[in-house]
Amino acid sequence: MQLSVNGERRDLGGDPRTTLLDFLRHSCGLTGTKKGCDHGQCGACTVLVNGIRINSCLTLAVMHEGDEVTTIEGLGTPADLHPLQAAFVAHDGYQCGYCTPGQICSAKGMIDEATRGWASFVSEDLSATPRLTREEIAERMSGNLCRCGAYPNIVDAILEVVEGAR
Amino acid sequence: MRPFDYHRAGGLAGAVRLVADGARPIAGGTNLLDLMKLEIEAPAALVDINRLPIDRIEESGDGLRIGALVTNSDCAADPRIRRDYPLLARAILAGATFQLRNKATTGGNLCQRTRCYYFYNVDQPCNKRAPGSGCGAIGGFNRIHAVLGTNQLCIATYPGDMAVALAALGARVEIASPEGGTRIIPVRDFHRLPGETPERDNVLEPGELITAVVLPAPAGGTQLYRKVRDRASYAFALVSIAAVVRMDGERIASATLAFGGLAHKPWHDPRIDAALAGQLPSDDLFDRAADLLLEDARVWGSNDFKVPLARRTLRAVLREATEIAA
Repeated sequence: MQLSVNGERRDLGGDPRTTLLDFLRHSCGLTGTKKGCDHGQCGACTVLVNGIRINSCLTLAVMHEGDEVTTIEGLGTPADLHPLQAAFVAHDGYQCGYCTPGQICSAKGMIDEATRGWASFVSEDLSATPRLTREEIAERMSGNLCRCGAYPNIVDAILEVVEGAR
Repeated sequence: MRPFDYHRAGGLAGAVRLVADGARPIAGGTNLLDLMKLEIEAPAALVDINRLPIDRIEESGDGLRIGALVTNSDCAADPRIRRDYPLLARAILAGATFQLRNKATTGGNLCQRTRCYYFYNVDQPCNKRAPGSGCGAIGGFNRIHAVLGTNQLCIATYPGDMAVALAALGARVEIASPEGGTRIIPVRDFHRLPGETPERDNVLEPGELITAVVLPAPAGGTQLYRKVRDRASYAFALVSIAAVVRMDGERIASATLAFGGLAHKPWHDPRIDAALAGQLPSDDLFDRAADLLLEDARVWGSNDFKVPLARRTLRAVLREATEIAA
């Protein structure tokens, strides 16, 4: 049984209790993905599975045979930052940084969802192409907590990437 | 988490067989794994049903058949749901977060368990988690708890949003049984009141597996989902109302209302719908509807506010719906 993590094949196996989060951190040594609450409440463990953002703490690794997982390590490197990573640095979108990998993976998933036309709770028109305003970004990122309270700068960083793409 | 055997279902018949043998089905896992980590749930075996071919939304008669594995996100994003069942899309988008909705499924969301603090705390009594141990919420902290359909055994609420919309829309649940047949029951009858067995959230029998939710023909009219909660996002409903209102000139032609946050199940009272039909909208009328809703309400201390909150929310929803529809 295998799955792909950041383009590399990885063997699954061992205890079926292993969450995808623990698999990434312990079996793959990819510690960018963070364990915050371990109950799907904080979003620090957000990764992309087949391009869709999920909480990696609330799913078992064994359920992901054949899937393609992207973690923060797969989005960019220190020498070649993803535009969201560069924007978080430029806008100081963190203080302690613990929630940041989850914030960035979540923001990547969010931008792709909006591109697909997905509405949110605050969208006035369910069928219109959503425009990622500050209000929309705040609602769509509400699954990622930042206990340092860097939210205004996080929204600034995401907005810069969204507007750069327009 | 307690050890368990992991099975992956190859087909529906195999999945149902494993469930009949006592395995717990796991789809999105966002609720079940949370509860397993806390050892509130400790199944000896899991059957992973994610690869079953019940993950599509298909046309069915005049309505739609939503496969049990359709994620909440995909359901809310479906162009037919957005156009013809906006109430359902709105209710789904009011719940949880994008990350959770990307995993949570239609069938699993119906089976979401209560968020009662005493259910979640294994050091506290809870008749739902440990039958016979008592109810910690009665006489304890019960801000989020039920005011309708309660008894001395359990005052927990069903926490979801999607099912409240499905109850208002008159949707049905399709269930595969271990004998190989299928039964179809209204969403309004799927969840149950605590009665003498609060450990049972719904009417699923051992070995049964939800395969789909079937929506009737589009209801049209004005469809609103109003959710009142402690935060603007990512919080469970204190009170929620799903409304489908159609007008005939100045009068209400029909109104169908369902309520979340008030009971052990999405609450639907046909007397309320009947009291509104054919009437001219007015605050007096809306108050009479609230009287019907709340005549048997019982409060428990920290949730006393839910009675006036439900009344005001109902008035606000009916005002808005009748104004838009007119």
